[in-house]
Amino acid sequence: MNAAADRRDLSWWVDKVAQILVLAGGLSAIVFIVGIFLFIGREGAGFIFEGFSLREFLLSPRWTPTSNHNPTFGALALIAGTASVTGLAMVVAVPFSLGAAIYIGEFATGRGRETLKVLVELLAAIPSVVWGFVGLSIMNPLIVRVFDAPVGLNVLNSGIILGLMAAPIMTTIAEDALKAVPDTYREAAEAMGATRWQVILKVVLPAGRNGLVAATLLGVGRGFGETMAVLMASGHAVNLPTSPFDAVRALTATIAAELGETAEGSEHWQALFTLGIFLFLVTFTINFLADVFVRGGLPGRRRRGRRPVASANP
Amino acid sequence: MVAGQDQAAAAPAIDVADLAIRYGGQLALAGVTLQVPRNEIFGIIGPANSGKTSFLRAVNRMDLLTPGMTVEGSVSVEGKEVRSWRNAYALRRRIGVVFPLPVGLPMTIYENVALSARLRGTRNRSDLDVIVERCLRRAALWDEVKDRLDSLGSLLSGGQQQRLTIARALSQDPSILLLDEFSIAVDPVTTMRIEEVLAELRAEMTIVMVTNLVQQARRLASQTAFFLTGELVEVGETETLFEGGARDERTTAYLEGKFG
Ligand SMILES: Nc1ncnc2c1ncn2[C@@H]1O[C@H](COP(=O)(O)OP(=O)(O)O)[C@@H](O)[C@H]1O
Ligand SMILES: [Mg+2]
Repeated sequence: MNAAADRRDLSWWVDKVAQILVLAGGLSAIVFIVGIFLFIGREGAGFIFEGFSLREFLLSPRWTPTSNHNPTFGALALIAGTASVTGLAMVVAVPFSLGAAIYIGEFATGRGRETLKVLVELLAAIPSVVWGFVGLSIMNPLIVRVFDAPVGLNVLNSGIILGLMAAPIMTTIAEDALKAVPDTYREAAEAMGATRWQVILKVVLPAGRNGLVAATLLGVGRGFGETMAVLMASGHAVNLPTSPFDAVRALTATIAAELGETAEGSEHWQALFTLGIFLFLVTFTINFLADVFVRGGLPGRRRRGRRPVASANP
Repeated sequence: MVAGQDQAAAAPAIDVADLAIRYGGQLALAGVTLQVPRNEIFGIIGPANSGKTSFLRAVNRMDLLTPGMTVEGSVSVEGKEVRSWRNAYALRRRIGVVFPLPVGLPMTIYENVALSARLRGTRNRSDLDVIVERCLRRAALWDEVKDRLDSLGSLLSGGQQQRLTIARALSQDPSILLLDEFSIAVDPVTTMRIEEVLAELRAEMTIVMVTNLVQQARRLASQTAFFLTGELVEVGETETLFEGGARDERTTAYLEGKFG
């Protein structure tokens, strides 16, 4: 209690500096997000405020930006391309990742479990161009042979590739969701005579529901944003798909393929940035929803949050 | 066949001989021999880590689900050795279990109590309604929750959740009820209500009640077993033990609260 003790010593300063650094790190994330949005917004602004027709953009499948006399900027076929590929990817990825998460979380033990987790994380680290290559050189001839299709670069190919790509990260998140289900739930159900499968089906999966939905949504976000693999495996043809064997073109792949050959500031350039804004909004919404589910469901609903079981300890 | 059935009908609810339990080779409980007669409350007392919970786990074969746990000796339930059951799930369905900390499963109150019947394939809503109401009434919870059966079971208070757990155990229509220190997270008023419920249930089922409160054993149990650091010190008529008739001085010392 004397004046000599009241001194800003080294640990006080370290604490202060650390606080400022962490704050700067956190703020930079916000700055980057806002900055990116402003940038693509500015590049797309000219088109949005002048030549842009929302109706054409959303409803016309005609994407002919390089036409000399009548360029059209209908993104419907591109949106449908991305949506169909992502949809098929989820059909592939959801069962795979859920099955893997259930196996890792509920059945595997000890070393086998640790090994599997490492393998899944390794899978998640495979670069997307490698997946694109797999689509191009393995899936492509396989589809031609198995289904007798004229070409093997289509919705089926890129959907499967994208599903395999998204599955590892979805597995990791789904496994976290299952791990968050308290063991006391499992034990209580087992003591009632529930079989292992019944415990998973009736107790573990419902209890982990929000995390599982979040895992799927993040997979969808991944699918919407993926570029290289889809560019390589989808056939890259502007087309409203009517069957899995149709070639399609994705929003991302369009931007990647065309931006380099477009005059900066031209209408085409601005239209591509408008596609970017659209993608940004969609993935932002999906990630936001996933976040809401991770936190325990939409607010304001009755089954809000999961409060811990009474923890009145003796 | 008929003789066999008579024998089974006359057999004690639980008959344990030379039971030993290990976890990864480490002995947790040894040399336990005791009989639990039917339709009575059998108390088990003893300080922490004396093997009480392990004993219960051996009865409903939770050892199968506990890595490293091994059971030696014999444990018979209603005349049949538990390890001779080919379907351990069917054995567990006949035995209700209540854990120390209440476990309201993350589903509605209704579904908590209907779960057991659903697992057995009951789909009919009115059958389920009957089961849910009957079990909640018997667990002395119906009046408090009848207007909110659709709200989450895990949002109830600790005392209510423990009664919900009892209702869920009763929904199994068990012939044996295992209670593991059920009052540890429950207020005294609820504890007394649950004790009244147990006293009524005694007519219909055998209850093994592990308790951290020796007076609770005195109030309810006809016989009481005293476990201490992995050993069954003694088992006897509850009143005899409490009236100073214990054969082992450690029992007397524990009952007098000299250690815990
Ligand atoms: N799952 C387990 N793995 C390893 N050791 C255990 C396990 N459960 C209990 N034990 C040990 O067995 C002994 C008896 O424990 P327990 O049966 O829980 O006693 P009580 O219920 O009387 O407190 C203790 O020494 C405890 O550490
Ligand atoms: Mg215990």
